[in-house]
Amino acid sequence: MLLTVQDSINWIRLTNGKVQENREYLTTLDQAIGDGDHGINMSRGFNEVMSKVHVSEYETVAEVFKDVAMTLISKVGGASGPLYGTAFLKMSTALKGNGKEVDFTSFTNAIDEGLKGIVMRGKAKEGDKTMIDVWAPVLKLLKESEEVDPEQLAVTAKVAVEATKHIKATKGRAAYLGDRSIEHIDPGAMSSYYLFEALAEVLST
Amino acid sequence: MKKIINDPNMVVEEMLKGMEIAFPNRLKVVPNTKVIVRKDAPVVNKVALVSGGGSGHEPAHAGYIGAGMLDAAVVGEVFTSPTPDQVYEAIKAVDGGAGVFLVIKNYTGDVMNFEMAAELAEAEGIKVDKVVVNDDVAVEDSSFTTGRRGIAGTVFVHKIAGAKAKTGATLEEVKRIAEKVNDNVRSMGMAISPCTVPAAGTPSFELADNEMEIGIGIHGEPGIERKVITSADEIADELTQKILEDLDFNDSEVAVMINGLGSTPEMELFIINAKVNEILTEKGIKVYKTFVGEYMTSLEMAGCSVTLLKLDDELKQLLDAESSAPAFRV
Ligand SMILES: Nc1ncnc2c1ncn2[C@@H]1O[C@H](COP(=O)(O)OP(=O)(O)O)[C@@H](O)[C@H]1O
Ligand SMILES: [Mg+2]
Repeated sequence: MLLTVQDSINWIRLTNGKVQENREYLTTLDQAIGDGDHGINMSRGFNEVMSKVHVSEYETVAEVFKDVAMTLISKVGGASGPLYGTAFLKMSTALKGNGKEVDFTSFTNAIDEGLKGIVMRGKAKEGDKTMIDVWAPVLKLLKESEEVDPEQLAVTAKVAVEATKHIKATKGRAAYLGDRSIEHIDPGAMSSYYLFEALAEVLST
Repeated sequence: MKKIINDPNMVVEEMLKGMEIAFPNRLKVVPNTKVIVRKDAPVVNKVALVSGGGSGHEPAHAGYIGAGMLDAAVVGEVFTSPTPDQVYEAIKAVDGGAGVFLVIKNYTGDVMNFEMAAELAEAEGIKVDKVVVNDDVAVEDSSFTTGRRGIAGTVFVHKIAGAKAKTGATLEEVKRIAEKVNDNVRSMGMAISPCTVPAAGTPSFELADNEMEIGIGIHGEPGIERKVITSADEIADELTQKILEDLDFNDSEVAVMINGLGSTPEMELFIINAKVNEILTEKGIKVYKTFVGEYMTSLEMAGCSVTLLKLDDELKQLLDAESSAPAFRV
């Protein structure tokens, strides 16, 4: 695998497409166990990211991710803004030494750092019914592979997001519902699924 | 969705504009931000109080700006925590050299965004400290979870910490008093109808005509339990009992707040208040002061919350101190 600057931009563009298409769905998920703004937050944030990325010229993947991070941090708000923002910021920092292209090992390391950033900021762990429940299995898959298999990546993320349905939330707003959070997919896990589904699509072309 | 708005995506900007115009001598919006501050900010050598959160809780938080209360309110999108850069703008706008104190309600997003702002400010040499308010007894309190959320009790934190700051207290002293209020304040809410976030367009949940949600927050999120609606007395009893079970109020004096969530007639709030007062009196708990009205709303949700604050002489004195905030009169 080689992720070029153009690939990284395509990744963000495809993610944006999915977020916009599923804005209402993400909001519905958040209405069930949160406060009903996740779709609105993500849609607003990625809109801004797209306007930023469109007008900029990039030499490295790290620069792309840095702009994504800063835009999400300053435009999203809520819990998902700082979390996705921190993830992309850590990914950007991890890729600083890389140039125009990122290889599989560096990319896996970047995802590792991104996830660590989410955990550092939100102090949640796997099994708390958050976006971490999608990031962690994806990272595990990458770490156990020698090359990325896009199809397997998408399937892993899909299985992971579906599994959040059965968890009782202990972090984020959904935690206020206790047992009533069971039987609902976590909205942030769903948006993370779109992110990795988009990545799989970029890597398979 | 039926609302008196122009564009669902512009409600926050348009509200801020209207607010600034309504209080020309008291408030100003920091240009190009969603930060609203006292007209005379920064007040030199006074600890400045910054609060905020999503919008949709009016009169919180901007209504509490004024001498003796807040110096700034940061306004996020509806029910969404403001971003770190906005909170940082607020900190910079009100810092008068004695440090800035952040009042944060315990929601994951609010805590993270405000903490990131505090990091930015500290890097610039501004002293910042904070309290994270968590007065809602509906939610289980555990170190393994997000913990309790902050609801109407936050208004007492604004009032009392703001009064303390006005006396010229240090940042450490303001923090101590804010934590003291948080340790002694408990709330619980309920709703009989949901609310609609303008940009979402649909209600946050649905309730049948004979149903109510107990243990509701202030973001249109469902409560901890749904059941058949009961009388005002029984509702008052359920909310008050839950609060009394949580903290020892025996033989104490309290401030009571009966808070409307947005579209509850004052009539109903006063009916609730009568019963709450009766329960407290029966238990030998003395009501020192009562506040009935809309203090921390959830858009047009119908429902209410009950808040009890256990008082001592220090808290009483600060609660009684003058406040010029439009939404809080003692
Ligand atoms: N502490 C946390 N750690 C990781 N993810 C979290 C945490 N708290 C919340 N989340 C994620 O954020 C999502 C909610 O995002 P959003 O609705 O945009 O923010 P808010 O909860 O402030 O309304 C949740 O579905 C969850 O996946
Ligand atoms: Mg939400």
